[in-house]
Amino acid sequence: MIPLQIVALALVALGAPLVVLTRDPLRQALVNGIYGVSLVCLFVVLEAPDPALSMLAVSGIGYPLVIVAAVARVRARDRGREDE
Amino acid sequence: MSYLPYAVAAWICLVGIAGIATSKNLIHLAVCLSVTQSASYVLLLAVGYVKHGKAPIFVGLKLGSKAVDPVVQALTLTDVVVSLAVIGLILALALDAHRLAGTVDPDRLHEAQG
Amino acid sequence: MTRRTRVVVLAPALVGLGALFAWAIAGLPAFGDYRGPYGYVLNRIVVPLRHTTNVVMGTNFDVRGVDTMGEEFILYAAVVGVTLLLREETKGRRVERRTQRLRSDTVRLGGVLMVAAGFLVGIWLMAFGYITPGGGFQGGVVAAGAILCIFLVGSHRDYRPFRNEHAFDPLEAVGTGGYVVVGLTALVSGSAFLTNLFGYGTTGTLRSSGSIAVLNWAAAIAVTFAVLLLFAEFLETYDRPLAPEDT
Repeated sequence: MIPLQIVALALVALGAPLVVLTRDPLRQALVNGIYGVSLVCLFVVLEAPDPALSMLAVSGIGYPLVIVAAVARVRARDRGREDE
Repeated sequence: MSYLPYAVAAWICLVGIAGIATSKNLIHLAVCLSVTQSASYVLLLAVGYVKHGKAPIFVGLKLGSKAVDPVVQALTLTDVVVSLAVIGLILALALDAHRLAGTVDPDRLHEAQG
Repeated sequence: MTRRTRVVVLAPALVGLGALFAWAIAGLPAFGDYRGPYGYVLNRIVVPLRHTTNVVMGTNFDVRGVDTMGEEFILYAAVVGVTLLLREETKGRRVERRTQRLRSDTVRLGGVLMVAAGFLVGIWLMAFGYITPGGGFQGGVVAAGAILCIFLVGSHRDYRPFRNEHAFDPLEAVGTGGYVVVGLTALVSGSAFLTNLFGYGTTGTLRSSGSIAVLNWAAAIAVTFAVLLLFAEFLETYDRPLAPEDT
């Protein structure tokens, strides 16, 4: 096992509990994006360019959008509910 | 050291499950679910790795040289794209629960009756 | 069940699951010691047989084509589910909401360049998917993400043409159904479902690998419009005016 693979695996193993331990969903969207980039590095080092491409697009744009949009809708409905 | 990738995959899965069980927010729960799913990607790609193998794209690579397994890569790449839509569906369910029950806390969902 | 009870029950369960994982990992071959025959077989036969240099895409759309059809239908079903769940609240009350303007010109310029570059990269990934790393799935998500950047640098009004669900629904169906139709043409002509019947062409050029190219484009169209529809459902305007502290 080359050292690059060990470093990439260590980054991924470090990133997963960090995502879980971030309790606020907005901040978690950002940490999840960084975890996605570390997964992309791991996929590239494991000689898998195709999953790396799809993971990059999905975790870079897809996940942050759906998470932040969900949080925004929850907050807007909460604000609407307490005004009633 | 030669079992490290499998151990990392198992660790990520356990961490994700612990996050799902102790979550106080349905949106946080959905993201922890996606972390659990990423453990399966790490496991698949680690199983398919060939020592000193290159990527299975034969442009500039001589035919017959050592390359990693393409089947697990095909499985992983479709799975990643589909998981985006599935997590979107789970978030839509969370939004629906919030609309009906007024809260995104999974522990307090059963108290609010419609 | 209170949280405390749940954590108390969870801890031994996780330990037990970890022990099962350890036992399973001990039975696996070491990392890099690949034993199974299919990887070696595919790497040797797909390029001469199908004239495609991207063996992963060849596996996805030819050797294992039925599974990819199943994945596309999972994507389709998930988008239908999201549409049904999120559509009822703003029906008939779509009011254009005041949005915050991006203040920094540098960010706007960077975003506009990202839209153009990202869309071109997405189309390139789709087109050359069966020659170099890439393919319908990756190119579809990248192109849809690049189009989303129009919303990020503009406003709701700028993004409105790309939220047009009436036009995108049939286009997504064309992609998903086109995959099945190509498979059925093979069935009609007497071979098995999804047999690669079109001409193979020369390896390494765009005109190669037969029906893999057609299925690649069908998957690309399906994924692009499915992801755009997903984004459109999440970004629907709702009829609350902005709170004063948000402007």
